Amino acid sequence: MIKQLNTPLSEEDVTELRAGDIVTLSGSIMIARDAAHKRLIESISSGEKEPFPIKGEIIFYAGPAPTPPGEVIGPIGPTTSGRMDPYTPFLLERGLKGMIGKGKRSPEVLEAIKKHRAVYFGATGGTAVLLSRSVVSVEMVAYEELGPEAVQRLEIDKMPLVVLADCHGGDIYVSGPEAAVKLLQSDI
Amino acid sequence: MCKRYEIEASEITQMVYDLSLKANRILPEGLKKIISTASDREKMPLARQAFSDILENAKLAEEKSLPICQDCGLAVVFVEIGQDLCVKGDSIEDAINEGVRRAYIDGCLRKSVVKDPLFKRENSGDNTPAVIHWKVCAGRDVKITVSPKGMGSENMSRIYMLKPADGAEGVIRSVVETVRIAGPNPCPPIVLGVGIGGNFETVALAAKKALLKQEGVRHNIPEYAEMEKQILERVNALGIGPGGYGGMTTVLDVHIETLPTHIAGMPVAVNICCHALRHAEGTIEGRLFND
Repeated sequence: MIKQLNTPLSEEDVTELRAGDIVTLSGSIMIARDAAHKRLIESISSGEKEPFPIKGEIIFYAGPAPTPPGEVIGPIGPTTSGRMDPYTPFLLERGLKGMIGKGKRSPEVLEAIKKHRAVYFGATGGTAVLLSRSVVSVEMVAYEELGPEAVQRLEIDKMPLVVLADCHGGDIYVSGPEAAVKLLQSDI
Repeated sequence: MCKRYEIEASEITQMVYDLSLKANRILPEGLKKIISTASDREKMPLARQAFSDILENAKLAEEKSLPICQDCGLAVVFVEIGQDLCVKGDSIEDAINEGVRRAYIDGCLRKSVVKDPLFKRENSGDNTPAVIHWKVCAGRDVKITVSPKGMGSENMSRIYMLKPADGAEGVIRSVVETVRIAGPNPCPPIVLGVGIGGNFETVALAAKKALLKQEGVRHNIPEYAEMEKQILERVNALGIGPGGYGGMTTVLDVHIETLPTHIAGMPVAVNICCHALRHAEGTIEGRLFND
């Protein structure tokens, strides 16, 4: 069954999610990746105001291709989340509720997801055209000069996602391959 | 007197432009078939969904003339130029970069090049410079291959300086280890290019070239063909699967490219490519030069 989620995610939404769940997400999310994270953390650490409220937010690690004429947004897919790991526990501490990306996270991030009751969603890498179809609107929020790395707000409608890591310590990158290995061995 | 041939640099620009657009938008037919076959065989539900999304995405990109992936990569360009050919106008390098620049701007392809790698990291704004590999060969034509390569999979690639005594098993173990460490990061299911031999810098290029070999065709030397088969089997036994969600296919295809090497060494490079292994190639024939 596909769970339909809306932002902002409630405590109950997050608590119920389990690694491996297929979900759709609708509502408002932010996109931010490498350079934006560096700037964001530097500015908050030096006492400046957050360029957008982190609390309750969901960040999609993505840098879309340019928007073709007549489209809402260009192809948009997840980039490798691990590069944002050094910044993530800091953001989770400040109330970041969810992340959308691909790839493994550090033990520190997985621990912070548990501690602060957040969720790590995945979008399948290399399906950017498909994912762009669930974007309803785009708004520039900060660091426009970073081009594809700028922070933008997206309104999304039923973006297809998978729960990669949940707040109970579940991690599909561990449990998924384990199940596949069992299946492959039983096939022989 | 030997015959000489010519083309205009602008023809190279046009060809690089066309190939950059084509490669970013259309997945090679042979690769699509391999993905479909793996998709039909898959039994894990999440993996099946990932396969279906990947195939649907490729179809949509082609229909709507959009890039398959938002990471339109570094533009890797292989040039094989005949030594009897004279290129008139700009330098060939400028002509290639101009083709990349125009294609990435006109085609709404993402510009992912930063000029300084460490401090400024300022985007060059047009995805140039391209990464260009030159080969001068006999003849009068120029063959160009454009292969946009995303960084997600490039970041998980590795070089090993193995010892000759490590043998075939050492090579296979290195490849399997590379994929195991990479896990879900390089957007599996992946394609593997494995370079063996040469030295530190040439082995990496051999691995990249290996990625461009004919899809699904094993090495023409039986020992290497057998290694390719073993790599497919042992990597797929890892169960990483599409998206890393767990599945029966982690690697779609593998190719080995070898180089002569030193008596004391056996370098191995493993270049990982995501399932969107994009490339397009074309040839311009030189015209007889009359003066």
